[in-house]
Amino acid sequence: MNAILIVEQALNGLQLGVMLFLMAAGLTLVFGIMNLVNLAHGSLYMVGAYLATHFMQTTGSYALGVLFGLGGTLVVGILVEVIALRTLYERDHLDQVLATFGLILFFNELVAILWGRNAIYSSLPQFLSGHVEILPNLNYSLYRLVIIAVGLLVAGLLWYVVTHTRLGMLIRAGASNRTMVAALGVNIRLLYTLVFGFGAALAGLAGLLAAPIFAVQTGMGELILIQVFVVIVIGGIGSIRGAFAGAVIVGMVDTMGRAFLKPTLATVISPSAADSAGPALASMLIYLLMAVVLAIRPQGLFGSRGG
Amino acid sequence: MKRGTTLLIGTLLLFAAIPPIAGWLNEPFYLDLFRRVMIFAIAAASLNLILGYGGMVSFGHAAYLGVGGYAVGILAHYGIDNGYLQWAVAIGASAVVALAIGSISVRTSGIYFIMITLAFTQMLYYLGVSIEEFGGDDGLRLARRSQFGDLLDLANPTLFYYVVLAILVLVVFAIHRLVNSRFGMVIRAARSNEARTQAIGFSPYPYRLAAFVISGAICGLAGALLANHTSFLTPDFMHWTRSGEIMFMVILGGIATSAGPVLGASVLLLLEDLLSAWTVHWQIILGPFLVLVVLFARKGLAGLLARDERHG
Repeated sequence: MNAILIVEQALNGLQLGVMLFLMAAGLTLVFGIMNLVNLAHGSLYMVGAYLATHFMQTTGSYALGVLFGLGGTLVVGILVEVIALRTLYERDHLDQVLATFGLILFFNELVAILWGRNAIYSSLPQFLSGHVEILPNLNYSLYRLVIIAVGLLVAGLLWYVVTHTRLGMLIRAGASNRTMVAALGVNIRLLYTLVFGFGAALAGLAGLLAAPIFAVQTGMGELILIQVFVVIVIGGIGSIRGAFAGAVIVGMVDTMGRAFLKPTLATVISPSAADSAGPALASMLIYLLMAVVLAIRPQGLFGSRGG
Repeated sequence: MKRGTTLLIGTLLLFAAIPPIAGWLNEPFYLDLFRRVMIFAIAAASLNLILGYGGMVSFGHAAYLGVGGYAVGILAHYGIDNGYLQWAVAIGASAVVALAIGSISVRTSGIYFIMITLAFTQMLYYLGVSIEEFGGDDGLRLARRSQFGDLLDLANPTLFYYVVLAILVLVVFAIHRLVNSRFGMVIRAARSNEARTQAIGFSPYPYRLAAFVISGAICGLAGALLANHTSFLTPDFMHWTRSGEIMFMVILGGIATSAGPVLGASVLLLLEDLLSAWTVHWQIILGPFLVLVVLFARKGLAGLLARDERHG
């Protein structure tokens, strides 16, 4: 285990972390403001990945792919909100979970009909592929660095919007007392649709960034969605700061666990036992972390509401 | 007799009549289909205990199907196929897992509870995927069904069918008795008003945790039955969509009613069977159907068919 390897894995962890943050930000905003549990958030991630890959392949332009991926997810998100989810805001969480579970089935099957059940692959344009030497003897993928940069940029932008603009003020006001905000003459319906579409576009962004790294296939959204749940439970539901902290923690712990748990275990127990226990423990690590955080702070690291 | 009870008894009698009908039509497939329906009805009934009566929205009930199933599968893997032992271990192991998950998750409520139960189930799912000894992703074959000596031979499909039916009847009856007992009153009271329940001197936590464990144990039994039914185990027993399906059965049938889980499991699985025979893309119909049920048929089938029932 040397320093180069640790730095490389730390960067991988950060990259996974910012990706989780892009997803978690939308989910936690929608929950904080509309009190809506949206399982179909993972489907929006999938839609973003598919649309971007599809348009990249048909137009041959990376920029157009990104544009259609983002715009398409925004439109899909707004349609979903207006058609199905709007009526669910006043319902209990059970109804929301079930209805959005139904939406997941629908989207997964729709994607299977349009693009088939096999994974499709997107390729990187010339200017984003390759490696750069960030430390002596450490060549790191340029694209992963770009993902980290985009993620941090979006996080900063989001922080600015939420804390320093009129829209952000409305969002915070809506989260703490929506009846009051509506009574003050704000079009709360429009605000909800806007926030939802915005969250959807962020999920789409995460999806299109992930497309060249992971396989683009049906069900890809749910894999990340459940990790995102862990992120926002750890960070505290409804908190953007919590989402960021939780995302980086989960990204790091997951990546480090997969990279180093097996060799570390091998020094303590027999190598063959470590061979089987290592991967099993590594894939369970973030859930164990969540259990520990909840046992100590049930409302999450930055959460204000306890239940 | 209440209409809900009539409905329940009617459905159970229909189940009892399936083997002769399937034999008469020479369609053994129906035996298989309805046995599966009844096993899921047991799982749904166990979820209904905590979700319907206790107000605990567990999005991880498939975990206990998996634990129960793997208890049978792993014992059989090591050559132990005594059914009494296998089923006892299935129930016991599920209860222990439910106690571990419950002791953390029952302390929370609402959205946290949903996400935590989901995340723990996902953890068990990945555990199942990563242990190569028991087949990992490829699954584990069950060489023989659970053995009960000369008393019962589960290799006989009709006999196995009636065993599952008997267990279903027993489970539905036991849960009915439980929710109408003092214990059941407390968990129902805690659902409708926690502060008041505390004010009259009950701490809801131990009651809720006990209900959670009982529910997990019953679902573990359903898992043992399911492993025997399919003779094949994969981590997909614990897939999160499984949890969603069981939850949907409860809602579709009618939450907090005795007949609900039985009706819901029947309708959902028969509908899935019909749709999948018609098109491979059946989920594109099932998904929106689910959304529509949630939006417009909140009380479920038992609520629609038996409006006069007061249950909780």
